[in-house]
Amino acid sequence: MLQFFVKYMWWIVPLVLLSACAGPQPVLRGTGDLGVVIERATGQMQVIETSGRKSLAQVSGLGDLSHASVVFSRDSRYAYVFGRDGGLTKVDLLTASIAGRVVQAGNAIGGAISQDGRLVVAQNYEPGGIKAFDADTLELVADVPADFGSEGKRSKVVGLADLPGNRFVYALFDANEIRVTDLSDPRHPKTERYPAGKQPYDALVTPDGRYYIAGLFGEDGLSLLDLWQPELGVRTILPGYGRGEQALPVYKMPHLRGWAVAGGRAYLPAIGRHEVLVVELGSWKEVTRIPVKSQPVFVMARPDGREVWVNFAFPDNGWMQVIDTFTNRTVNTFQPGRAILHLEFTPRGEAVWISARDDNKVAIYDTRSHQKLAELPAASPSGIFFTSRAFRTGF
Amino acid sequence: MSLVCAAMMAAQPAVAQPGAPGSERVRELVHLVRQDCGSCHGLTLQGGLGPALTAASLSGKPRDSLVATVLGGRPGTPMPPFRGIVADDEAEWIVERLLEGFPSDSGASR
Repeated sequence: MLQFFVKYMWWIVPLVLLSACAGPQPVLRGTGDLGVVIERATGQMQVIETSGRKSLAQVSGLGDLSHASVVFSRDSRYAYVFGRDGGLTKVDLLTASIAGRVVQAGNAIGGAISQDGRLVVAQNYEPGGIKAFDADTLELVADVPADFGSEGKRSKVVGLADLPGNRFVYALFDANEIRVTDLSDPRHPKTERYPAGKQPYDALVTPDGRYYIAGLFGEDGLSLLDLWQPELGVRTILPGYGRGEQALPVYKMPHLRGWAVAGGRAYLPAIGRHEVLVVELGSWKEVTRIPVKSQPVFVMARPDGREVWVNFAFPDNGWMQVIDTFTNRTVNTFQPGRAILHLEFTPRGEAVWISARDDNKVAIYDTRSHQKLAELPAASPSGIFFTSRAFRTGF
Repeated sequence: MSLVCAAMMAAQPAVAQPGAPGSERVRELVHLVRQDCGSCHGLTLQGGLGPALTAASLSGKPRDSLVATVLGGRPGTPMPPFRGIVADDEAEWIVERLLEGFPSDSGASR
């Protein structure tokens, strides 16, 4: 018997050992319909699939995810997760495992990935600045402090976005500036500074990478930099949109991203007001302002641009509204759950995933009928990020 | 001595204190501070756009001014007033808990 085994079946031993070492083999599949749902309170995230509307796996050990954001590698296999605690974790979506992790700052707010996919850049509050990492190894390749003034102060960095040419644009909350750092030679970063409005809190770059618009907390208006002619400097758009009225208390800062651009117009949350501002790209004239339920946080265009979906700040964060961009009127007001923190459209926009933190669920809605299609359980869900972001400037 | 006092206060059940919120409201307030104050101050209260609210970072700060900040906000900064969202004695309760190290969140009310 033993002789038989040695003679004919010997190959089983290395095969068993090999498969034991390799662990479960990932199923052969694409990643275009994958994404992640951040479970903020437990430092975990789910890997999800939008085609089957299901959760595939859970990944733990991501640190403090209070304000987590995610960018994807250009092959859309890896998610880079930026945690509040400065953690930067590279997660393999196919194996649902951590492929690398560094704690790169004391307090971070998000990140971006370069046009060529080789650099992952974190934006930090403490110490204020940006840091660039090799996307493969997470090795630090550039550290660009957001220093200002003559006393060695460093500003919190907000609104980081990638630009063509491995450049990155961002704003300095404490220094009232917009900066562009060229990382085309990452060992020798070159930074240009542009004075901007007061207390920029977040910003967006248009999908073509031309215009950078920063929302301002300390001023009635927004700061605009034309990145095709940066020498012209920053100009203020929608000046005095609050008409000098006292702004309402802001319990949650709005978020700006290139998703707000639809039909040649930008749909922008008015800070401290129950309004969505509509501005024409290029002329920067106010088209209209749309009254909404409460203070908008995310104002996101459906990928076809026909609708804009809006969620709201605490304490009205159980509501959402849908704006028809053809008529610029709200066409739906509904309550998908308690504490709606984020939403993400599927790549072609037939469905939207909505996180309801206090109901511990993600609700999936059909974007034509506005009817709920499904719900998935998730622990205190916040950000939802789909791999289609890998192919978009500013994401 | 102050450590002993803090330990004694922490050992007291919140419901037994005069003017203290009831247990369901305590759960709501803890959730509010961790999650919604956490938007700016972080879930772990280590700070974000707003400063850290850990016991260590708040030590030595006068509690009256902390209570006034919670209720009235800080003009010129993003800190909004929470008057109308929390009652005066609830703001005091929140500040007391922050100064001794804030409790962990057990989720939204049912």
